[in-house]
Amino acid sequence: MSRRDLLIRKLLLSLVTMFVVVAINFVLFRILPGDPVRAVIGRNVKISAEVQQSLREQFGLDKPVFPDQFFSTLGQWARGNLGVSWSLRKPVAEILVAKLWNTLLLIGLGQILSIFLGVVLGLFAGWKRKTALDVGALTFSLIAWATPTFWLGIILLAAGSSWLGLPTRGIVSPENVGKPLYTVIPDLMAHLFLPTLTLSILYLGEYMLIMRSSILEVLSEDYILTAKAKGMSHWQVLWKHALKNAMLPIVTIVALNLGFTVSGAIYIETVFSYDGLGKLFQTALTKQDYPLLQGAFLLLAVSVILANMLADILYTYLDPRVKAS
Amino acid sequence: MQESWLLFKRNLADFWKTFRHNRMGLMGAFLVLTAILLAIFAPLVTTTSPNEIIRDANGRGLTFAPPFVHGPLGTDDAGHDVWAQLAFGARISLTVGFLAGFIAMFVGSLLGILAGYFGGWLDNLIMRITDVLLVIPDLPLMLVLVAAIRQLNLQISPLTVLILVIGLLYWTSTARLVRSQVLTIKERQFVARARAIGAGHIHIIRNHILPQIMPLIVANTVLILSTAILIESGLAFLGLGDPTQPSWGTMLNFAFDRNAISNNAWWFYLPPGLAIVWVSLGCVLLGNVLEEMLNPRLTGHHLEGEARVVKITGEEAAHAQHLG
Amino acid sequence: MHNTSVKSPLLRVRHLSTEFVMPVDQRVARALEDVSFDVYPGQTIGLVGESGCGKTTTLMSVMRLLPANARLSGQVFFKDTDLLTLNEKSMRSYRWKELAIVFQGAMNALNPVMRVGEQIREAITLHKLMDREQAETRVGELLEMVGIPKERGAQYPFQYSGGMRQRAMIAMALACSPSLLFADEPTTALDVMVQAQVLELLKKIQQDFGLAIVIVTHDLGVVAELCDTVVVMYGGKVAEYGPVDMIYNAPQHPYTQRLLESFPDLARSDPSEALASIPGTPPRLTELPPGCRFEPRCYVRLEKCKFEAPPLLEVNDNHFAACHLCKGAEARF
Repeated sequence: MSRRDLLIRKLLLSLVTMFVVVAINFVLFRILPGDPVRAVIGRNVKISAEVQQSLREQFGLDKPVFPDQFFSTLGQWARGNLGVSWSLRKPVAEILVAKLWNTLLLIGLGQILSIFLGVVLGLFAGWKRKTALDVGALTFSLIAWATPTFWLGIILLAAGSSWLGLPTRGIVSPENVGKPLYTVIPDLMAHLFLPTLTLSILYLGEYMLIMRSSILEVLSEDYILTAKAKGMSHWQVLWKHALKNAMLPIVTIVALNLGFTVSGAIYIETVFSYDGLGKLFQTALTKQDYPLLQGAFLLLAVSVILANMLADILYTYLDPRVKAS
Repeated sequence: MQESWLLFKRNLADFWKTFRHNRMGLMGAFLVLTAILLAIFAPLVTTTSPNEIIRDANGRGLTFAPPFVHGPLGTDDAGHDVWAQLAFGARISLTVGFLAGFIAMFVGSLLGILAGYFGGWLDNLIMRITDVLLVIPDLPLMLVLVAAIRQLNLQISPLTVLILVIGLLYWTSTARLVRSQVLTIKERQFVARARAIGAGHIHIIRNHILPQIMPLIVANTVLILSTAILIESGLAFLGLGDPTQPSWGTMLNFAFDRNAISNNAWWFYLPPGLAIVWVSLGCVLLGNVLEEMLNPRLTGHHLEGEARVVKITGEEAAHAQHLG
Repeated sequence: MHNTSVKSPLLRVRHLSTEFVMPVDQRVARALEDVSFDVYPGQTIGLVGESGCGKTTTLMSVMRLLPANARLSGQVFFKDTDLLTLNEKSMRSYRWKELAIVFQGAMNALNPVMRVGEQIREAITLHKLMDREQAETRVGELLEMVGIPKERGAQYPFQYSGGMRQRAMIAMALACSPSLLFADEPTTALDVMVQAQVLELLKKIQQDFGLAIVIVTHDLGVVAELCDTVVVMYGGKVAEYGPVDMIYNAPQHPYTQRLLESFPDLARSDPSEALASIPGTPPRLTELPPGCRFEPRCYVRLEKCKFEAPPLLEVNDNHFAACHLCKGAEARF
């Protein structure tokens, strides 16, 4: 398949996925209780019946659900109008944007750490197959896989707060808000330490396993034997021939894993009362703040879909087999 | 029909011969079986019911009592026996996990067989659905779905909702696996022969394809079970379980919400988590071993050390030659 | 064998034995036993036999490219150095610079994500034979020599046809001007027209550079066309060894006779089919027969063939065969 065809295919798939997400969101919006008008102006704002009626007409709620309402809602969402949160009485979009950066910081740190360590350890585990390092790495990965994210968070929270005296809630201590950066940054790091550690431990195991099987496959290819026959040392073969081939599939897998990473963020932000999208999601769920829940779901899903699309595009540049055709 | 199933039975015997020497596999089987036994015999291994409030001499609820002040695992914030909750919680966790896993397995295998066997537009449709499901973040989707279903007031128990949502979202990997396997089997000669003599689709699938992919499906199901149990615990932790029938995840939800951590009540938040790790690790070990046995991976690679050069003296060489 | 009297051998393989310890059950597969032969400068020698008879293992043993579960014994003299006594680091300096190899089915032998020219250049600079700029010029020359426009060095293997990949592989093997070239089934998996091109190329190289070539093949036609000496292998041992015309016109070992009969006119029809026409199958390397390894399939076997492995006998000048029916002095390698 040529690169252009591949890109078009991936783009179409992303669009279809996006459409499915939007459709799910729309259908659920209809199931969940509450007048859509209320979802837009807020639950407890008092308005007269006439105003309500005129708003209904303004929002097109007197029109059939499909296609009129569906497409007008879609248009609203596309313009960033996600309604008003019932519990926070602020536009959903505004709340989401405020929390987005905190979550990106947490996920970003955790992913960078776990990808880097996972790739390096997985590489050595696969290369030195069946040695103590490999067996240890495998055991660790299996246990990490079998451990619920939130429970590991709880344990690290309990251990970290009682033994290391680390903070257990939020991102910055209340007394440090608005203080100069040199006080805020160490405080921020102390707060980020446990959540990042939890996230890294869990994803480290996964990336290690993936890298291990990827490098094992590459190292049994004929071209590795060719490289060896050329007189290269094991290190040279690994660095010049095995690494790139083994790393290529990782790009796609990291993107596909973003969905799981988002799940991890929901658990970890809940456990550590970390003020991000995940915590927001959980709060919206318990407070039955449906507009907020819808908005958060839409944002999370669309971000993951876009990230996957970007990874697919990136892949076509990295893999010469796709790039040149 | 009988022949292929007989073959399957004989393979099962062969399988056991290899399996009983595999330490990882036996370990996994042990972990899973003990958890199942705990769930079955929960009333026999506990002395109090999980809902009974333990009271001290003055008749007050014995809250956050450490292990051995009361029972093997102490009490929770309301004075319930933690061990009893753990044992009865095994029933909920395993039931939800296993049922959800089996639904996922069934849907995945069915769709995988349909896609692989019939191909064409049906295959395309099923595969595109898996592509779409693969990219949508699963936890947010499930949370939104469960919240919406609950709002509908369909009079379904919360646990049934969990089972259905997990089961109907986690079939994609099974479907892909089964499909690729069916594609290779479909090309084999005995299937072509069966077709040539006019065997119907149902007949071919039941008698020729199903016995071949059954071991793979079993191995995959064991892996899916661990996912289902983990997901159930997560949803329950976020408050979507049934508070009247607490699973291990629900216990952790209670422990976290009711300050077990600040009260240092480790006996409240450690055991349920360990129990989840116990079962899901058991399933993963077992599933990996089964898969490895069905599909032995490569035995070595090109950078795996060097061949040894052994010096055989002239005499030994001559001797070896005579023996040879 | 031509030129034998004047030159000393480039490669002397002596009593080479290779075993593999099976990872699952620790059983020992004896892939090679007591293999001895010589390669003289400028000679083309063919290793023939059915698949699994140890042809490829011989090459891999000489280049010390076998996996960790292999055990080697014997001697492999390259000029005056026993390669089996070298440590891995010194062995590396022999690979490609002195002994280069063209692998079977060039499909996967080239790194898919590295430009072809880059892969050739790497071999030259690795052994510090030239600086980078000179090496790049040399890569262009090498590619042109095997009939690939030098601009295509900037392309990736998947942009090449099967025959081009094989020719690029040959160019790569010549990069460091080795004195000995191994070619492992160089024409397998190529269509007939391309096979002919690759054979022509090997012939041309042999004539132009005068390097010694060892070709592993199960295709007797290839041997007849290119080789001056043949080593016929069966079940990990040398069955017959000698000049090509002697082997083709007066084969001594029953296996060689059968092998040649299955190739009546040496036309390359379908070699695998022709070889299958010898009744029976080659022995399993973990369960070798106690006597002659060909005995179970032999049509002229004697009673003692069952128990006693025949030694390699010199049946004629430089013509050796391992069969109890042959007469001659025991070969002294």
